[in-house]
Amino acid sequence: MPQQNLQITAVAPDPALLDLPWDVPLVDWPEDVLAALPQGISRHVVRFVNHGGRVIAIKEIGETVAYREYELLRQLHRIEVPSVVPVGVITGRRAPDGERLEAVLITEHLQFSLPYRALFSQDLRPDTATRLIDALAVLLVRLHLVGFYWGDVSLSNTLFRRDAETFAAYLVDAETGDLHRTLTNGQRNYDVDLARTNIIGELMDLAAGELLDEDVDEVAIGDALVERYQELWNALTGSEAFASDDRWRVAARIERLNDLGFDVGELEITTDIDGTKVRIQPKVVDAGHHSRRLLRLTGLDVQENQARRMLNDLDSYRAATDRQNDQEQIVAHAWVRQVFRPTIDAVPRELRRKLEPAQLFHEILDHRWFISQQAQRDIPMPEAAESYVENVLRHRPDEDAVLGLPPGEAEEAELEA
Amino acid sequence: MATVTFDHATRVYPGTERPAVDQLNLEIEDGEFLVLVGPSGCGKSTSLRMLAGLEDVNGGHIFIGDRDVTDVQPKDRDIAMVFQNYALYPHMSVADNMGFALKIAGTPKAEIRQRVEEAAKILDLTEYLDRKPKALSGGQRQRVAMGRAIVRQPQVFLMDEPLSNLDAKLRVQTRTQIASLQRRLGVTTVYVTHDQTEALTMGDRIAVLNAGILQQVGTPREMYDRPNNVFVAGFIGSPAMNIGTFDVKDGHVKVGSADVPLDRSIASEMTDADGGKVTLGFRPEALDPVPVGTPGSFDVEVNLVEELGSDAFVYGTLKGDAADVNLTAGETNQLIVRIDPRTVPDKGDVIAVSIQAGHSHVFSATSGERLG
Repeated sequence: MPQQNLQITAVAPDPALLDLPWDVPLVDWPEDVLAALPQGISRHVVRFVNHGGRVIAIKEIGETVAYREYELLRQLHRIEVPSVVPVGVITGRRAPDGERLEAVLITEHLQFSLPYRALFSQDLRPDTATRLIDALAVLLVRLHLVGFYWGDVSLSNTLFRRDAETFAAYLVDAETGDLHRTLTNGQRNYDVDLARTNIIGELMDLAAGELLDEDVDEVAIGDALVERYQELWNALTGSEAFASDDRWRVAARIERLNDLGFDVGELEITTDIDGTKVRIQPKVVDAGHHSRRLLRLTGLDVQENQARRMLNDLDSYRAATDRQNDQEQIVAHAWVRQVFRPTIDAVPRELRRKLEPAQLFHEILDHRWFISQQAQRDIPMPEAAESYVENVLRHRPDEDAVLGLPPGEAEEAELEA
Repeated sequence: MATVTFDHATRVYPGTERPAVDQLNLEIEDGEFLVLVGPSGCGKSTSLRMLAGLEDVNGGHIFIGDRDVTDVQPKDRDIAMVFQNYALYPHMSVADNMGFALKIAGTPKAEIRQRVEEAAKILDLTEYLDRKPKALSGGQRQRVAMGRAIVRQPQVFLMDEPLSNLDAKLRVQTRTQIASLQRRLGVTTVYVTHDQTEALTMGDRIAVLNAGILQQVGTPREMYDRPNNVFVAGFIGSPAMNIGTFDVKDGHVKVGSADVPLDRSIASEMTDADGGKVTLGFRPEALDPVPVGTPGSFDVEVNLVEELGSDAFVYGTLKGDAADVNLTAGETNQLIVRIDPRTVPDKGDVIAVSIQAGHSHVFSATSGERLG
C-alpha cells in the first residue's frame, strides 16, 4: 500500500490535523468527524469538521490554486479585511489504492456566521435581503478600497454574521481574486456587475426551491446592491464642494459615512484659492487610529469614538481657518486652546462633573450637529455649548454618582432624573 | 463574431516603470482560437484583462471587429469570460442554470428556450435540460458552465487559466472539450495559460509573451519548428530544447568533441559583438545515438534515465574539449536525449549522439535572435 506523503503548509502547523482521514475523498468522510453546519453552494467539495474544540472548513481544490488562495487570505487577514482566516494547505494525499487525492485548503469556520441560504430559510424577516445586500456592499467597497478584485462576487462566496442591527459580511472564497495596488474602474464595474448577476441567480434558485417569499423581486435586490455599492463608493471616494460657512454639511457627510460603518477620521481637506470652498476626500483608516492620532497631536487620551469625533472637528477647524499647510501639531494646539478648552469651560463648573471632558465635548458636537441641521445653518460652538447645557446636560443624572451605585439603584437614580 | 486587434496596446501599472504589457500588436482572426502563453508575470493575463476591460489601456488601442473598445466598460464589450462563475444552482433545472442571465436581461422566454436548446445540442446536454444539476457528472457540469457563456452569444470568449482549479483527469477531458467545442461554434476565443502543452494542443495559433513583450506568434508547428529567439526555443516543447553557447571555428560549431557544420549564410549573420560564438539549440528528439567515435558526434555521460513507456530520456553531461559551456534544457542544466526505450543505457555510461541534419537552431550569442 503506497504511503501518503502529507505536507502541511501553515503558519502554526497543528500535528493533530494529521489524524483526520486524509486518505479518504472528502465527499466520503464519516459522519462522526463532520460538524453539522449549514452550507452554501460551492463548485468544490467542502466539509465542516470538529477539530480540537473548534470547527474548521475543508475544501478540496487543485494544489496551485490552494496555495494561491491560502496566500491571498493571509494577505487579506493582515490588512484587516473581513475574511475567513486560513489555517493551511495539505498536499500529498493518497487513497489506500494509491490514487492521488486533491489538495485541501483549510480555513477556520467563522463563529456565529451563516450562509445566506440558512438566513433565508429560517425566520425570514421582510428586510433580511436588504440587510444582506447592505453588508455585501460594505464588504465589496472595503475590498475594492484595498485593491482586491474578487472576480466572483456572490452571496455563496460570502458569510454573514449578525452584528447588532445589521449583518456583517465576510469574504469566504478568494479563489478568483487578485490583490492590486489600485483597481481600475473596469475591474470594479465588472465585479459589481457579476455580483448583480450572481445574486439574482442565487435568489432565483431559492425561489425555485420555494425558500423565498413569492413577493420578493430578485432583480430589484440585485439592482439594490449596485445602487448601495455606488452610494458607498461615492461617499468614500468622491469629492464634494462646500462653502466654508456650511461646515455642518461637512459634519453631515461625516455622520453619513459613520452611519455606513466606516472610519472616516482622516479627512483630506483642501481649500480653494479664494478660500471659500472646502473639499473633502475621506479615507479609510485602521482600528485604534483615531485615539493614537489624537494623543500624538494633543496629549488627550480618550476612547476611539470620542477621538474620531474630536479629530473630525479638528480637521474641520483646520479647513475653516485655512491652515492646511501649517504643521498639524501646531494647529492641534490652537484647536485645544480655541475650541476644546473654551467649550469645556463654557459648561458651569457644578455641571462639569456629570461627564468626562472628552464625552462632554463629544456630546456637544453631537448636539451642535443636531441643532445645525434643524436650523439649516452652521451653529457656532459657544452657542451650541450653551444650548447643550440648558437643554440636555441639566436634565442628565450625575454619571460620577450613578457609576458608584449598585446596578438596581442606578436604574432608579436614572428614573428619578 | 469578430476579429480582435491589439494595436500597440500598453499597460503600465501605477508606480512601476516597466510596462506589464509593452506595445502589444496582435491580430486575431474571426473564429480563431488564440492562446496567450508565457511564464508567470509575462503579461498574458494582463493582455486578456485589457481586452476584457478589466485593465486600463495606457497606450494604444484595442478593437473588437471595427469597434474601438479601449475605453468601453466590460459589460458593454460583448465578450464572455467563460468559467468565471460555474457554481450550479441546485434547485434550478439545467436549462434555467444555462439561461438565467438571459432572463435577467429580459430576453423573451421563447427566445431563451430556443438559445438554451441550441447550446444544449452542441454540448450534448439536451436530455438533461429539465433535470437538476445533481444528476450530472463533473464533465457535464463543466459543459453547463460553458453553456452559460454560449447562450449569451458573445462576439469573443475569454478564458483565463480555466482549467487551473480542476483535478488532473477533468483537466485533460475539459481541454479536449473546449477545443472541439470552440471549433464547432466558431467563436473567436482568447485563452490564457502558463502551460505550453495546453497551448500547443489547443490553439490555432499561439502567442508567446515574456516580460510584457510579444516574442512570437504562430501555429503550434511554426513555434516548434522555427522559434524566433532563444526564449521561445526554450519555452516551447517538452522536455525542453537543449540550448548552449559554443565557439565557432572554421565554419563549425564546437560542441563537446564534435564539429557541427554551420551554414555559411548563418555564419555571415554573426557580428563582432558575438565574439566568435553562437547559441545553438537542439531538441532531445533531434539527437540520434551513434557508435562512440562517429565523426560529428559528441559524448554524453548518463546521469539519469527517465522511462515513460513509449519514450525514454537520458539526462546527462556533455563531455569533450568544448564541454565547458552553459548548457541548459528548460529548468535543468543537463543535456537531454530521447532514446529508444528498449535499449536503455545505465547510469555512468557514455553514449555518443549526433544532431540530425537540419534540426539545429542557431541564435545570435548576443541578441538571442534566430540566425538564418
